[in-house]
Amino acid sequence: MKVHYKINEKDYSFEIHPGKVLLDVLRENGFTEVKGNCYMGTCGACTVIINGAPKTSCTVLAAQVNDAEIITIKGIGSVLKPHPLQEAFIKKGAVQCGYCTPGTILSAYALLQKNPNPTDEEIKRAIDGNLCRCTGYVQQIEAIKFAIKLLTEEK
Amino acid sequence: MENKVIGKDVNKIDALGLVTGEPVFTDDIKLPNMLHIKFLYSPHANAIIEDIDTSEAEKLPQVHLVLTYKNTPQVCHTTAGQGWPEPSPYDTCMFNKHVRYVGERVAAVAAETEEAAQEALKLIKVKYNVLPKVFDPEEALKDSAVKVHEEEYIQGVVDPKRNLVSHIEVKAGDVEKGFKEADVVVEHTFETQFAQHCPIETHATISYLDENGRIVIRTSTQVPYHVRRIVSQVLSVPLSKIRVIKPRIGGGFGSKQEIILEEVCAFVTLKTGKPARAVYTREEEFISSRTRHPMKITVKIGAKKDGKFTAIKMYALSNTGAYGTHGLTVASNTGSKTLPLYNKAPNVEFIADVVYTNLPVPGAYRGYGATQGYACLEQVVDMVAEKLNIDPITIRKINHIRKGETSPIFEALGEGREGVVQYIESESIDTLIDIGAKEIGFFEKWGKKIRNGSKVRGVGMSLHMQGSGIPKIDMGSSIIKLNEDGSVNVLYGGTDIGTGLDTVVAQIVGEVLGIKPDSVIVYPSDTDITPFDKGAYASSGTYISGGAVKAAAINLRDQILKVAREMFKELDSKDYILENGFVISPRSAKKVSLSEIAYDTLYVKKQKQLIGIGSFMSESSPPPFAAHFVEIEVDEETGIITPIKYVAAVDCGKVINPELTRGQIIGAIVNGIGYALSEEYKFGENGRMLNPNFFDYRIPSSRDVPEILPIIVETFDPTGPFGAKSVSEININGPIPAIGNALFDALGIRLNSSPYTPEKVLKAIRNKQ
Repeated sequence: MKVHYKINEKDYSFEIHPGKVLLDVLRENGFTEVKGNCYMGTCGACTVIINGAPKTSCTVLAAQVNDAEIITIKGIGSVLKPHPLQEAFIKKGAVQCGYCTPGTILSAYALLQKNPNPTDEEIKRAIDGNLCRCTGYVQQIEAIKFAIKLLTEEK
Repeated sequence: MENKVIGKDVNKIDALGLVTGEPVFTDDIKLPNMLHIKFLYSPHANAIIEDIDTSEAEKLPQVHLVLTYKNTPQVCHTTAGQGWPEPSPYDTCMFNKHVRYVGERVAAVAAETEEAAQEALKLIKVKYNVLPKVFDPEEALKDSAVKVHEEEYIQGVVDPKRNLVSHIEVKAGDVEKGFKEADVVVEHTFETQFAQHCPIETHATISYLDENGRIVIRTSTQVPYHVRRIVSQVLSVPLSKIRVIKPRIGGGFGSKQEIILEEVCAFVTLKTGKPARAVYTREEEFISSRTRHPMKITVKIGAKKDGKFTAIKMYALSNTGAYGTHGLTVASNTGSKTLPLYNKAPNVEFIADVVYTNLPVPGAYRGYGATQGYACLEQVVDMVAEKLNIDPITIRKINHIRKGETSPIFEALGEGREGVVQYIESESIDTLIDIGAKEIGFFEKWGKKIRNGSKVRGVGMSLHMQGSGIPKIDMGSSIIKLNEDGSVNVLYGGTDIGTGLDTVVAQIVGEVLGIKPDSVIVYPSDTDITPFDKGAYASSGTYISGGAVKAAAINLRDQILKVAREMFKELDSKDYILENGFVISPRSAKKVSLSEIAYDTLYVKKQKQLIGIGSFMSESSPPPFAAHFVEIEVDEETGIITPIKYVAAVDCGKVINPELTRGQIIGAIVNGIGYALSEEYKFGENGRMLNPNFFDYRIPSSRDVPEILPIIVETFDPTGPFGAKSVSEININGPIPAIGNALFDALGIRLNSSPYTPEKVLKAIRNKQ
């Protein structure tokens, strides 16, 4: 079957097998910035933003979100122009192996879209589904708070 | 002279590509005509494959190859990525006719799609002769027990008839005499569990032939050079025909110090000529990669009334599962990385047995046996203190090792062989203890059992040491070349698996050459391009690989100085300074930039490439030290333990990058908290893991993390680069004993196994009543 998505503000059509999950469709079509491999929605590495909400793309059938607007980590910043959240993660030592980082940043991005001044507890809750084995989360939380400062200054 | 780059928070040099999701991991590149490999696993804990029929699977149009023990090399080897000759037994083949645990690989299918490979697996018919099994290491040691390994060809196993892989016995003085002299003697047994590393990137390997028919392996590994050597051994392919590339690695923690997928991928590529890909799912990572060695440890300590230890005896029974990878060395470290900490005890004995069972295969895991040793030792130290009415801090201060001192254990016990004589050259344990105690408010809270309804507070501490590399074995090396703009390329074999080693390397080289880390281009771990490095294990990144790049940088600096001296027409360069990309002669105030020197040497005069080379091998393994303090709240009604605040005061020598160091400390603590409170393999009666996913195997998430305060107390170790020691492993050792001691402080109960689940806590509360 054919599906159509708007990914990072560009239109795409893919021919897919109806049983495929979104994570695999994205990766097979070159969106390798979406990491992940648990296929149970438990680790959060494959988080993307679908119609404004962060979702684990390994538990979403690709067919089920036909016509959706999808944002991957490449949709919020790039090597040449990183988003303040990405800058903050670099600056605050919140990146170790980096495998969980895109998913975690997208969860934080979705939070800040809806709630620009979250409490510590709200930040923790937002990234609760993004498991990290390297950092122990402390520097990630510090980075998100630092990004809020950067974003406020931008305004 | 003050450091310019060392000790500064330089941004991690690979972080930009990581935060933007660039295709930097093994599985992020796709090659045309790639075959996907999927595995069939044994449903039995112990069985001989009587017959295996793959003909139906092979008929599927998209299937290119089906592998079993019948058509793969039967080369007996170890999967442990250790230096040659490996201290682990040679007891496994790529595929074994005799499968020894639920989750052992029985066959592999290489097909054009993952779906086709999965489909083909269903068509493989296996007839098993199911054998009796043994899960309990104590059972396994009995003469009547099931023999896990009966094959003729295994090497390096002490006594296969008793399932005994290794036996270690180390003595200093006479412990029995020591116990007789003691005023109190305490003995306690503690069991640790099967636990998994859970790197968020699972094992992944792709392989392909290059244009000259050589095998290229791009793999998520900690040990690219050992991968090359072992794949060459297993496939009987010359080493020169293999290239191993390490891209960015999504965490390892020891699980990737193992050759698991590489030999299979390479074999498929060799047989089909096509690129091959094997990526473990999370479930496969649990059941078929590696775990931590579960151990049953008994510690007996004798002490005088004044608190001074007269004897320490430790016995460790290590369950090495179906294969002996890392079995001997992990058990060695259980003693060697713990007992020297209390060198005031004149009589010390360490005995360990490493035993085969029909359970999944433990391997290397951050902490590497020391974690299991401390889990018991540090609780027994508290028990001794309690018996003597001494506080936990004082008893440790009386007995711990100090700068300038040694321990007989250093010499007696190395990694699976004799160790080396070594003296402690940097140490600040008393400071660590005092700072940590003050920060947690130890004396204000200890013994107070502060209660809020059914919730009771407690505080506990533990003390630790580790090592920095394996002395006289671990080696790293580096090549550094100077470019026209004064920048340098660093080629080194070390393996950054997420720790920040590449960044530390850039800082060390930048410091030596007086250039910014931005001008240091780091190229790691590609066996065709970079010189040898044993890889990322044994807390040796900064210490060994960092030592290697420092040696190479000094070698290059000397050449740069010689050219500058000739340019300045001066007699010696002893007092020259390298800073901001210039060489300066303070005498004459002459200066020349590294860029000018590079142009001159590449294009103008006595042309040659200035290139520094260096290797580093250490004669000793200087231990970092850490004092951990935790405050917990335990609910008597639910049995739930909640860590409230965790303080780790750490001496890792000179800190090269504070922010990265903090990250190593916090990450290890949180990993350790998971190990202490929730993480464990649950097995069914047949030996199958029942919880191979993150729903049922709970690792800490952002909401499980208490307030964590890493405090770094700098010392200077003369043997390390700029005074640095290691930091990556030590801090995982704290949570089990520190939380255990805090639990005793809160409720007066002591559990005899980890993890401290609510069920166990409640049971202990009931037993006490």
